[in-house]
Amino acid sequence: MEYAVRVDVTLKRGIADPEGATIERALPALGFDSVHSVRTGKAFSLVVEADSEEGAREVAGSLATRLLSNPVIEDAAVSVAGVA
Amino acid sequence: MSDEALHRALGLTDDEYALVEGVLARAPNHLELAMFAVMWSEHCSYKSSRLHLRRLPTSAPQVLVGPGENAGVIDAGDGVAIALRIESHNHPSAIEPYQGAATGVGGILRDIFTMGARPLAVMDPLFFGPPDDARARWLVEGVVSGISGYGNSVGVPTIGGELTFDEGYAQNPLVNVLCVGALPRERLVLGRASGEGNLAVLLGSRTGRDGIGGVSVLASAGLSGADGAAALDEQKRPSVQVGDPYEEKRLIEACLALLDEGLVVGIQDLGGAGLTCAASETAARGGVGMDVDVTAVPLREAGMAPWEVMTSESQERMLAIVRPEDLAAVEALCRRWEVRSAVVGRVTAPVLDTAGAPVGMLRVRAGLDGPVLAEAPAAALADEAPLYDRPRARPADLEARLADDPADEPAGDLAAEVLATLVDPAWVYRQYDSQLFLNTVVGPGRDASLLRLAGPGLPESERGFALTTDSNPRWCAIDPRAGTALTLLEAIANLACVGATPAAVVNCLNFGNPEHPEVMWQLSEAVDGLAEACRATGLPVIGGNVSLYNESAGRDIDPTPVLGVLGLLERLVAPPPGWTWRADDTIVLLGPREARPDPFPLAGSLFARRRGRTGGRLPQFDEQALSACRFVAGEVARACAGEATSVAAVHDVGAGGLASALAEMSAASGVGLAWGDPRGHAELFTEAPGRFVVATRDPAALVASATAAGVEVTTLGVAGGDRLVLGETCDLAVAALAERCASALPAALGL
Amino acid sequence: MSLVGVVVFPGSNCEHDVVRALGALGGRAELVWHAETDLSGVDAIVLPGGFAHGDYLRPGALARFSPVMGAVAAFAEAGGPVLGICNGFQVLTEAGLLPGALQKNRGLTFLCQPATLVVASTHSALTRAAHVGDELVVPINHFSGSYVCDDATYLSLVEHDQIVLRYRDNPNGSRGDIAGIANEAGNVVGLMPHPERALDTLLGSADGRVLLEGFLAAADDAAARADLVAAP
Repeated sequence: MEYAVRVDVTLKRGIADPEGATIERALPALGFDSVHSVRTGKAFSLVVEADSEEGAREVAGSLATRLLSNPVIEDAAVSVAGVA
Repeated sequence: MSDEALHRALGLTDDEYALVEGVLARAPNHLELAMFAVMWSEHCSYKSSRLHLRRLPTSAPQVLVGPGENAGVIDAGDGVAIALRIESHNHPSAIEPYQGAATGVGGILRDIFTMGARPLAVMDPLFFGPPDDARARWLVEGVVSGISGYGNSVGVPTIGGELTFDEGYAQNPLVNVLCVGALPRERLVLGRASGEGNLAVLLGSRTGRDGIGGVSVLASAGLSGADGAAALDEQKRPSVQVGDPYEEKRLIEACLALLDEGLVVGIQDLGGAGLTCAASETAARGGVGMDVDVTAVPLREAGMAPWEVMTSESQERMLAIVRPEDLAAVEALCRRWEVRSAVVGRVTAPVLDTAGAPVGMLRVRAGLDGPVLAEAPAAALADEAPLYDRPRARPADLEARLADDPADEPAGDLAAEVLATLVDPAWVYRQYDSQLFLNTVVGPGRDASLLRLAGPGLPESERGFALTTDSNPRWCAIDPRAGTALTLLEAIANLACVGATPAAVVNCLNFGNPEHPEVMWQLSEAVDGLAEACRATGLPVIGGNVSLYNESAGRDIDPTPVLGVLGLLERLVAPPPGWTWRADDTIVLLGPREARPDPFPLAGSLFARRRGRTGGRLPQFDEQALSACRFVAGEVARACAGEATSVAAVHDVGAGGLASALAEMSAASGVGLAWGDPRGHAELFTEAPGRFVVATRDPAALVASATAAGVEVTTLGVAGGDRLVLGETCDLAVAALAERCASALPAALGL
Repeated sequence: MSLVGVVVFPGSNCEHDVVRALGALGGRAELVWHAETDLSGVDAIVLPGGFAHGDYLRPGALARFSPVMGAVAAFAEAGGPVLGICNGFQVLTEAGLLPGALQKNRGLTFLCQPATLVVASTHSALTRAAHVGDELVVPINHFSGSYVCDDATYLSLVEHDQIVLRYRDNPNGSRGDIAGIANEAGNVVGLMPHPERALDTLLGSADGRVLLEGFLAAADDAAARADLVAAP
């Protein structure tokens, strides 16, 4: 079975995010006064071959921590969107 | 769409279509029409400008390769050759500044390593609208980060350029890029195919629908269905190419290794008009034919039609001509660098035409021995686009403009004027790696950049080379002939400041719509001005690029010929004096104090431009100024060779005039100067080129040697104190000058 | 004479510069392709600057999985001198051979400019010939050079004298003005500035000499050790 998987990699809480801060500083000028706490990250979409959804999640989780994210500064969240 | 309408939609005129029919002795099919349309486009064929470009002098003893190849090449001595090219990427950068600028860098690097040269440095002359506009800022930040992102990553230092803000570029920015490379002389290769049975191998990225642009009209011309390609909407046909510096880096290393090992007999990059251009040009230059198997081209997207494959401008691709027995070695070397390679064609013997003359045919086939989908003489595609002598007309307001001299402008607040001319572009060039290869002796932000002539694989040498890019649209708007000639003089003066003797010129002619007779007049005049100045200085033009249709809302840009000039130094073991003077140095002006016909012309100066004055009489091209350039270059070259010289600091008089040059040197030195007797504000702000501010600790010696060389010396004063005083009404703190230099650009960009 | 291996990843840029610089100091250096798994024969290793694997994903994230990195880790573990310059520093942190990580610069632009470094420790293969407090002008050339780590890591770096170079005027937002760090043993060093670009006043500064001369001395010491073999 092939599962569509999404991995979101974001900076850990407390790690400076100059890109997010820069975006946030631009918001008032655009009229988005109600938006704050902007954090940037990366999203990956993958197709994982696995016997079960749990299996797909496990493979993607391992990939996310070994390669897609740097656990020193980033968190990775895995979500299985369904069968590809 | 009917077939008659189709050629027009593809950009071919009825007459051009008739020419194609004549060449083929039949009606072209859609694939052939697409190939002729891209090859005969203004961009690829120079059909509006080629007639004029022929008037440029192109030969000199040092020239190894002149215009017409991928890059010009000169002999730099010690067994080293230097390859040089300049290009524009104006329109792509206006649409998508990051990718437009990035792919401009990528494209010109390929032109250089195609010649067998390792790219050693890039320069970027940039022209934008005033930075107080949000769109201009978006363009500036996008273009600069595109150059930075691509150039730094691909591993070629960006060592300088120009940064011009002017209203005329608000809707049509100019992004030019110059690249220089060096090679052992014997490795020089040319983009030509030879040897019947040799293979055409496509290296690098897979081919997608990038940059198909104007030809994509074919998608709606009713033939795509027949080719099995579904009609795609415009959204799926991105005409913006996306660059991949990592692919390019591996491609550079792989190609240079292939050339080092003698595994290719010819090589050509894929740029405008993609595979059609590379195949037809290599075949035409070699006087052979080529069969291209369109089904063998590795594709990034499914269902691409043959015309899409043949005209795609996907980046980071090269076409190498390889002997069959070397194929395995080529493939192995490509695998090492993780570069994709695919045999997509083979060289064929020319056929005899009805008159018995040999003609190399470019044939596009489905399978190397499969059915022929398109067939045309390679030379007809590559070289035989019609040449146009488009109507030229002097602008109706020319006489009025020449008569409108800004000499009558009141002086105003001189101190404010000095401050307004000061801009240090450090915010831009700090984003460029300017030091890679350990060659950069003088980097961005000075008169000219100066590098050691060294690099991986080059023979050891103590030689150096210098580069400058120069343009002056303010001069050229008044008088494109005189303005272009003066631009060359300005470039020579810039090179002199780092001790270099000029050796070769490349030009990027950025002009408006060639269908406007005034624009063609400007282009023709500029070419004549450059030709005259080159003859006066003995310099060859070894390459160039023409960018037309720089207009928006019917308004053409001011004529903007950008000159890249390469200079050489025999020995570079010590840095040149630079801009920094010390207290008690005597400060002199070297070169003619007065220009002709007017002593202190303000026409075309920043001073005049800031007052909305865009006319007047330009200074003449002055032999005396040329002598000053030669004298300064000689003195500074001695300093670079580690010998004694009486020049302790030097800066040429450019934009902003003598006042700006003195202010920049004061700011760089942290030491002031009082010059009591300038002859009015016009002397402070005239920009007549070929004059130098020089600091010396031995004024007697300098005066003696300059006078002996026939160069006029005017003593301005002795450096000291913390204020710059120019005459009676301009008195500025040196600290304020430095502060203004540093803050002007970030402040203008709102950073 | 000792031999320094300069690792070339696809996308490395500064490998020739490092070889040329070490040669100019009288050292001997040669390029090592990233697919190599046997580094026996080299006495010290440099991971040079550039954009290994295009810096795609994160700088160093893909390079750490290059075949050569197993041998580099073993060599480091055995006490061999390993120097990561710029991108090489990023690779070393990604590979876990040095603590912390390197983030985008505070100003979100690439920075190529001279930086004044202050020697903070001489307990490393790079700074052993310098003196604490020395000010060295060495160019920086990076987009992601802002050093980050958690509090515990920072305290540990300080406690074990692992911060070897600090910026005098922090250009990129690095924690504690850190320009370079070493591992506890001092044999593995990473720094963002480029000492190989500061060997000659013709190019602006010769202050990098003391650093690379120290590293060459470390390579010579390693060459004298019979037990040091860089195999995976």
